[in-house]
Amino acid sequence: MAIYVLRKLVFFLGAIFIASLAIFLLIRGAGGNVAAVVLGKGATPEAINALAHTYGLDQPLAVQYFDWVGNMLSGDLGRSFRTNERVSDLVTARLSVSIPLALSGLILGLLIAIPVGTYAARNVGTPSGAILALVSQIGVAVPVFWAGILLSLLFGVRLGWLPTGGWTDWSVSIWGAIRSLVLPVLSLGLIMAAVLIRYVRSAVLDVMNQDYLRTARAVGMTRTEALLKVGLRNASLPLVTIVGLQIAELIGGTVIIETVFSLPGLSRMMLANVAAREVIVVQSTVMLIIIFVIAVNLLVDLLYGILDPRVRSSR
Amino acid sequence: MTKPQQDRAQDRTNVLEVANLVVHNTTLTAVRGIDFTLPAGGRMGLVGESGSGKTLTALSLMGLLPMGWQANGSVRHDGVDLIAQSDKALSSRRGRTLSMVFQDPLSSLDPVRRIGQQVSSVIRRHTDAGKKEAERQTLELFRLMSLPRPEQLMRAYPHEISGGQRQRVMIAMALACYPQLIIADEPTTALDVTVQKQVLRLLNTAVQERGSALIMITHDLPIIAAMCDTVAVMYAGKIVEMGPVAEVFRSPRHHYTKGLLESQPTMDNIALDGSSRLASIPGMVPPLHSLPKGCAFHPRCSAATERCRTEIPQLEPGARRTACWHPIAAPAEAAIQAGVSAS
Repeated sequence: MAIYVLRKLVFFLGAIFIASLAIFLLIRGAGGNVAAVVLGKGATPEAINALAHTYGLDQPLAVQYFDWVGNMLSGDLGRSFRTNERVSDLVTARLSVSIPLALSGLILGLLIAIPVGTYAARNVGTPSGAILALVSQIGVAVPVFWAGILLSLLFGVRLGWLPTGGWTDWSVSIWGAIRSLVLPVLSLGLIMAAVLIRYVRSAVLDVMNQDYLRTARAVGMTRTEALLKVGLRNASLPLVTIVGLQIAELIGGTVIIETVFSLPGLSRMMLANVAAREVIVVQSTVMLIIIFVIAVNLLVDLLYGILDPRVRSSR
Repeated sequence: MTKPQQDRAQDRTNVLEVANLVVHNTTLTAVRGIDFTLPAGGRMGLVGESGSGKTLTALSLMGLLPMGWQANGSVRHDGVDLIAQSDKALSSRRGRTLSMVFQDPLSSLDPVRRIGQQVSSVIRRHTDAGKKEAERQTLELFRLMSLPRPEQLMRAYPHEISGGQRQRVMIAMALACYPQLIIADEPTTALDVTVQKQVLRLLNTAVQERGSALIMITHDLPIIAAMCDTVAVMYAGKIVEMGPVAEVFRSPRHHYTKGLLESQPTMDNIALDGSSRLASIPGMVPPLHSLPKGCAFHPRCSAATERCRTEIPQLEPGARRTACWHPIAAPAEAAIQAGVSAS
């Protein structure tokens, strides 16, 4: 197990290094003269040079890259060109919106997908199984923003139960913050559930045909008991991987949901900064998100090692 | 809890009474009405080619038929008709009065649970034993199955031990609660030839020690000859011949049984230079969806007549039963050579 963990850690660090290089080159490669773009058309060459010099943009690319990485390692994510705010402050201010949104969306998705997917697998070939498969298929086809708009029309506009958008900060009113998150979480969760149901269904179906499930019944479990006690633990193995992969989807979903419901989250902040050519802000924020995604996948791998003894001893 | 069961088992003569068992799904009938009884502690072999319905017969006795399959008829066991029981009622018997050992021990054990836990949980489920006591009994079972280092084995996962050891664990699990009947479905076909004999020997003594009746499903006749008292030969979903092992193998009365015996390889009839004298039954097992009229074996039978093509022969009553219009009368010496000496 120790070797397994060590190998995963080395892979984790390697992936982060490659990602940092890719982000840096993509953003710098696309931008042209960053300082000129930031200052806009009317800027004088002197002003452009001054800005470039202040932020080290006139240095060779390699130097800029190592400066950026070095600063990140010491906890300095850089500053905004326009407002001179620290990127770390910008990010932390948004996390109180984005993390509850993404996490609750994922949990809601799983809470719906696991029982419904299991039910669909048990009822494969029956009308109710077919209806579930159809509904989840429709759910997959519905874009996240459309789900958000429909929900906000129903609960916000028609019924008036919840705000259609906007944000009440936690510091103002915890209840208000929760209220402004309900519809975004619901939209995100439903869309996640639709995708996950199909994976849960096929994982459970696969497990249902395994010999060890028959053995579980042969030593005294009922069909349902065998499925819940032996089947779900085994079905969770492929699901853990899928959930890890869905994290990237989840972040994509929050970008859209934060826009639809005008939430001041991380994703929306980043979109605005991309439009404003805030190179450092975008670069560092994207890097943070990538580290997060890779870290989740590392956790998934480690969890897999705990859940499946075969992984532990073979790799 | 096991003690009174043993007493009750001794009161009755038969551990299993199967009457007119039919197993079918929406389009096919795989088991077409079979009858047999098994006395307490008795040992019956069930032979036949692949697709003859042996495994579905066994699974229907356990109430473990795959999705879509259904059993009809009656299976009396321990005072109840198993066919009429709900999954819940049957589940309380499975592993306790009725057990089964499957063909592939690797895929049959839960890959993510420790072996000790898998076996001791069966004991805890069906008896009053606590955790400690169940573990003690599990160790005892591992010793009964001559498993090496039983204490370490408790904490091992199925993928960490050999195929032969896995099957011995499966047998230990099946015997854990002193079942009245254990069904072994080709328990050695998935194992290396070198360990097959050892596993069979251990199964043999363990079944004896626990006082269980045994149904042994295999297409390997010498195994039946060595381990069973009676044998039932299945062909296309029906029992075509049954009786005491020695008699059936010495003088088979059904032409299919004779063919099976003659197609068993031995040192005498197998030759690598191509001049092999090993016989084979011409043709193939008919598919279930287009069984021939009359006796299902008639297209492959050298003795078939017009009657065999039109009328289905029934198993005659008695200890020695054959379903054939033209049973073989004389003892076939070759069969003794082929069937019994190989064991």
